Amino acid sequence: MGKTIIPIGPYHPLIEEPEFFTLTVDGETVVDIDMRMGYNHRGIEKLSEGMVFENSTFVVERICGICSTSHPFAYTRSVEDIFPMEVSMRAKYIRTIIAEGERIHSHLLWLGLAGHFLGYNTVYMWAWKLREEILDVMEILSGNRNSYAMFKPGGVRRDIKAEDIPLCLKKINSIVPTLIMLKKAVLDDPVLHARLKGVGVLSYQEAIDFSALGPTSRASGVSRDVRKDSPYGAYQEMDWNMIVTKNGDVFDKAVVRILETFESIDITKYCLENLPDGEIDASIKDVPVGEGIGHVEAPRGETFHYVKSDGTNRPVRHKVRAPTFMNLPTYKATVIGQTISDATIILAAIDPCYCCTERVAVKDDKGKMLYNGQDLVRLSREKTEKMRQRMGAK
Amino acid sequence: MSLKLKALLKSPWVFHLSTGSCNNCDIEILDCLTPRFDIERFGMLLVGSIKHADVLLVTGSCNRMSVERLKVLYDQVPKPCLVVAIGTCTGSRGLFIDSYNCPVPLDKIIPVDVYIPGCPPKPEAMIAGIVKLIQKVGGTQ
Amino acid sequence: MTREEVLQDLRGRFGEDILEFLDKSPTRVYIEIKSESIVRMGSYLFRNLGARFQIASGTDMPPHIEILYHFILEDINVIISLRVKLNRENPEIASLAKEIEAFNWIEREISELLGVTFTGHPDPRRLLLADNWPECVYPLRQDYEEWDETADRTRGV
Repeated sequence: MGKTIIPIGPYHPLIEEPEFFTLTVDGETVVDIDMRMGYNHRGIEKLSEGMVFENSTFVVERICGICSTSHPFAYTRSVEDIFPMEVSMRAKYIRTIIAEGERIHSHLLWLGLAGHFLGYNTVYMWAWKLREEILDVMEILSGNRNSYAMFKPGGVRRDIKAEDIPLCLKKINSIVPTLIMLKKAVLDDPVLHARLKGVGVLSYQEAIDFSALGPTSRASGVSRDVRKDSPYGAYQEMDWNMIVTKNGDVFDKAVVRILETFESIDITKYCLENLPDGEIDASIKDVPVGEGIGHVEAPRGETFHYVKSDGTNRPVRHKVRAPTFMNLPTYKATVIGQTISDATIILAAIDPCYCCTERVAVKDDKGKMLYNGQDLVRLSREKTEKMRQRMGAK
Repeated sequence: MSLKLKALLKSPWVFHLSTGSCNNCDIEILDCLTPRFDIERFGMLLVGSIKHADVLLVTGSCNRMSVERLKVLYDQVPKPCLVVAIGTCTGSRGLFIDSYNCPVPLDKIIPVDVYIPGCPPKPEAMIAGIVKLIQKVGGTQ
Repeated sequence: MTREEVLQDLRGRFGEDILEFLDKSPTRVYIEIKSESIVRMGSYLFRNLGARFQIASGTDMPPHIEILYHFILEDINVIISLRVKLNRENPEIASLAKEIEAFNWIEREISELLGVTFTGHPDPRRLLLADNWPECVYPLRQDYEEWDETADRTRGV
C-alpha cells in the first residue's frame, strides 16, 4: 500500500503557532510529519515596537487568550530588568494570584479538551464547569473573564479589595471536592491507562534536545520550572512541589497537569490569605538605554520576552517567544510510529490548542478528501470504546 | 423571506472559523456549549464541517494566510448563510489595524450580518448577538 | 559549577572569540562574540555546560543586524546571551540547527523576518509569512514599507 498524505490544520491560536501539519501515513502508521505555520501571524513584535512601554502590555495580552497573564508578566519583568528596580511585595502577590488563577483554568481547559478527544465528554463538561468558577474569581479580581489588564511595568494596575477575598476563597474551595473526584475518575480509569500509557513518548534526551518546556518536559523527567529555577513573583514565599514524572507519555502529561492544578490552588489560596499591605505601583518615569530579559512559567512552559530600549519611550526591539514554539517541534519525535487515531491526542498532549485538531482533514495522494477533523476525533473515540469493551469483557 | 432561511433560523447550526485570533473569542464560543450557558438548549449546535453550517462565527483579525482559506471556506457554505463577526478584531481589526500581516478587514472580504464587539465578548453577549441575528432576519425563537 | 567557574571557563576556553564581556547583573550575562564562533560556543554551552536554549532574537540595528542567542543555566539561574553582529548588506551566519534540533524553527523565523541567511540549515523554508509574501521583503527591518496596494489602512505600518 502506498503512502498517504494527511494535512492537519491550519488554524491555531497562539501568536506564531497556528500550524498546518502534513502527516504521511503508511496504512495506519504515521511515518513522517511536516508543519507549516503562519495562519495566525499578526506581527505583534512589530506592533509592539510602535507602542509606548505601558501600552505594549495590552498588545502582548492579545497574543494568546489563555496565556493573557503570562505574556504581560514576562513583558513587565523584562522592562523591570532593563534597570534595577524593585516591585512591592503586594504587587508581587497580586501578580502571583492572577498567574496561578490562569494556570488553574488553563489546565482545566486542557483536561476537558483531552477528554473530548478521547470520547469522554463527561470529563469535558465537568472540567469546563469547574473552570467557570475560576473565571468568576478572575472576574471579581480584575473585571474581565479573560485578558485581565492587571499588569504594568513597575507594579499592577488594580488592587485587590479585602472584601472580595472571602468570596474568592469560597469559590476556589468549592471546586476542590469535584476536582478530586475528577482526578480519581481520570487517573484510576483502567481504560485511560490502556489508551494513554506508552502513547507518544518523549524521552528525556529528546526533551533536552528540543528544549521542551513546562509540563511537556516535566512529564519526561526534566525538572524544569522557571518558578523554581529563577524565582520571581511570590513563589519563594511558600512551599509548593514541582510535579515531575518520568515516562513522557500522554498519560504522564495528564498527571502532571492535574496534580499541578492542585498545587496552583494551594498557591492562590496562600496568596489570597496572606496578602501583605503596601503600595501596588512603583510608577516608572523613564526607561533608560539598555536591554532586559523576562521569563515566567506560563501554563504551557516558559514564556520569554526580550526588550531593547534606546532611551525613548518606545522599545527598539521586542522579542516574544511563546512556550509552544519550543514544544510543538517535539511532535516530530512523538508522533512518528504511532497510529492515526493516536495523533489527535498526542497533538493535544502538548497543549497547543483545540483549533487545529478540529480542522483535520485526510487526503489520499490524489488529493481527494478521505477524512475530516470529525472523523479523526471519531477514530480516536472508537479506539477508546473498543478498549473499554475489551476491558469490560475481562 | 425565503423558506430556506426560515427553516434555518429554527435551529441554527454554527461553524466556528478563526482567522488569526488570540483564542479568547474561540474559547468563549466553546464556553457557550458548556453546562453554565448550554446553547444547545436552543437548538444551536457547533458543527465540525462547514458543509453543515447555517451560521459562520468568524473570529480574529484576518491575516494574509487565513484570508485565502476564509474565501475558500465561504464558497463551500450552503447558501443562505449568515455571518457573525465575533470580537473587536473581526469588526475593526482592533489594535491589529497597523499590523503588516492584517491588510483587510473581514467585512471587505465577505458580507457580515452581525457584529459582536468585545475583547473577548462574554458568552452572554454572544448568545444575545445570535438572538438579535435571528430577530433581524425575521424568525421567532 | 558555580557562576564564577562557568564564566571563568568560558573566558579561558573562548578567549579569542570573545569581543566584549558584559556582566550586567547576577542573573544576566551578555557576551559579544565573533560571528564565526557561534557554532562552537553555542554547542559547547548546550552540550557541555547543559544550558537550555531559550531563543534567539534578531534586531535590525543599522549598520548591523544583531542576533542574540539566549541560553539559561537553570541550576545557577544565569542567562547567558551571546551577541553576534552581522553585516546588514549581506547577513550570513552558520546554522546550529543541524546539530541541535531546538534551533530549527527560530532560525527559519529570523531568516524570513530579518533576511539573515543561515548557512547549512537543514530545512530553510518559510515558516510564518504567507505564500504570496514577496521575496526579499523583511517586515522586521527598520526600513520596511507597505508593499501591498490593496491594504486598507489609515496610516502606515
